Amino acid sequence: MAAKSQRVLPGFGLALGYSLVYLSLLILLPLGGLVLKASELGFGQIMDIALGERSLAAFRVSFGASFLAAAVNAFFGLIVAWILVRYPFPGKRFVDALVDLPFALPTAVAGITLATLYAGNGWLGKYIELLGIKVAYTPLGIVFALTFITLPFVVRTLQPVIEDIETEVEEAAASLGASRWQTFVRVIFPAIFPALLTGFALAFARAVGEYGSVIFIAGNLPLISEITPLLIISKLEQYDVLGATALAVVMLALSFILLLAVNLLQWWTANRHRNSEPLEVAAAKASGGAQ
Amino acid sequence: MKRFPKTLSALLLSLIASAALADATLLNASYDVARDVYKNYNPVFQKYWKQKTGETIELKQSHGGSTKQVRAVADGLEADVVTMNQANDVEFLADKGLVAKDWAKKFPNNASPYTSAMVFIVRKGNPKDIKDWSDLAAPGTQVILPHPKNTGNGRNTYLSAWAWALKQPGGSDKTALEFLGKVLKNAPLFAAGGRDATTTFMQRRMGDVLVTFESEAEMIAKEFGKGDFEVVYPSLTMQTEFPVAIVDKVVDKKGTRKQAQAYLEYLWSKDGQENAAQNYLRPRDADLLKKYAHFFPPLKTFTVDEVFGGANKAFATHFRDGGTFDQIYVQK
Repeated sequence: MAAKSQRVLPGFGLALGYSLVYLSLLILLPLGGLVLKASELGFGQIMDIALGERSLAAFRVSFGASFLAAAVNAFFGLIVAWILVRYPFPGKRFVDALVDLPFALPTAVAGITLATLYAGNGWLGKYIELLGIKVAYTPLGIVFALTFITLPFVVRTLQPVIEDIETEVEEAAASLGASRWQTFVRVIFPAIFPALLTGFALAFARAVGEYGSVIFIAGNLPLISEITPLLIISKLEQYDVLGATALAVVMLALSFILLLAVNLLQWWTANRHRNSEPLEVAAAKASGGAQ
Repeated sequence: MKRFPKTLSALLLSLIASAALADATLLNASYDVARDVYKNYNPVFQKYWKQKTGETIELKQSHGGSTKQVRAVADGLEADVVTMNQANDVEFLADKGLVAKDWAKKFPNNASPYTSAMVFIVRKGNPKDIKDWSDLAAPGTQVILPHPKNTGNGRNTYLSAWAWALKQPGGSDKTALEFLGKVLKNAPLFAAGGRDATTTFMQRRMGDVLVTFESEAEMIAKEFGKGDFEVVYPSLTMQTEFPVAIVDKVVDKKGTRKQAQAYLEYLWSKDGQENAAQNYLRPRDADLLKKYAHFFPPLKTFTVDEVFGGANKAFATHFRDGGTFDQIYVQK
């Protein structure tokens, strides 16, 4: 009793029990139900549904577009997050608040707005089409919608991490002779990379499941611009709940494998980073490379 | 510990109190664009029912995609009546035992108080000279329609084109399938729903022709002005029905069968039919159809029952996985 340490939350047992019940109710139960329902079909039948030509095409579109959208956001989101943390500028609070808007906007509204904007006669579509590029009603439109929807994930994950890197670290690297590029690649990037991966993974996971915004801009042509959630809806329209759950389970499994891979990568880089050197040493090393 | 039952009983009391204001409450689960139809119909019925029985009736509406709505009812949404835009959605409830098997015979006209038809909307002056279904298959013509597999509007369009192709000299299932392949090739996209297709055509100016409900054409005139488009009536098109039914399981539990029956029956009254006509839906009442002839020019139509042997059969042949729609895209 005497050795019991003081913690903020009362009782580890209680807190753990609460967490488990909460997670079970919220996540495990519905997902378990999904898997259970799908298991009414045999494995072979589920595979038949998942490996149909239209399903395969939809998986390609869904995962491909989500990957691209998450990658685009990983790049531009990093820049946005960096600027929001490091530079004071007029209207910064306003810009900061803008980042969250894709969360707040009903996704259907986002989809309709983007479709109107990028259609052949839209404000932006008009000019883009002059270059021979069509956005609305093509797979590219799907990438645009998903990029819009998932921007906050990367920015919001990176912001606190960038805030944690003191500017002194950059100064130290610079004073030891590191170039800007070296400082970024050898000092800053390793520190934010795990968070960047998290942001990427969140954005990707959200994009894979997105339906509301995509259907309004995708065009929904079979084999070309149908996303997997649309096929699931299509099955429900046929009152084929089993087929819909089968597709959902396969999609879930694929997403889980991909997210697990991202997590492993993240764990690996975080570990390597922690074991190797603190930031200050990295700064010194980076400068060493410059001499 | 004592506070909890107190709040609970207060909550219960307030619930009972609010229910007591009305003698009966009906929930009507309906399809998406029926909002205006029933928004106008409900006060008319309330007045009639008050006069007839002295009862104050509260009417609630729930709108959504037709198929989504019946799934919600099957999953426990306590709707007393369903007013849908596809027979197979009501069939689904009948299969689940919520609605009488012979629901289509419980009311006149196949239990559909009003109808509409699939028509073409073209740009002002009809620059591509689109007159009939055959013109939709012409190379270089862009056709805008909602997803044929996932939306009622799209399915009606698909079946209309199919029926037309069947009725051509030498027409068969094979020629119809070929014809649909050509029409669908002319679709640059499949819209998410009826209204989305309208927006794409009218606002984003995509396509040469939009296929939609006749009733929607009048909505477009209201929204975008009459001068911007023309309505073209094809030589043959589908008469679309809007079936209504009582949800037996719910009304028996709530004791609202009498009211539900009257609510749906009254759709066939002069008042109910006039309301339909004012919402650009073809009334069953012949006199009213004449009175509103400026909305409803004569039209050669077919019903799904006549050509396809019922909504369920049409759905199974054409829109289930592996049906004719899928065959157009996946050659297997």
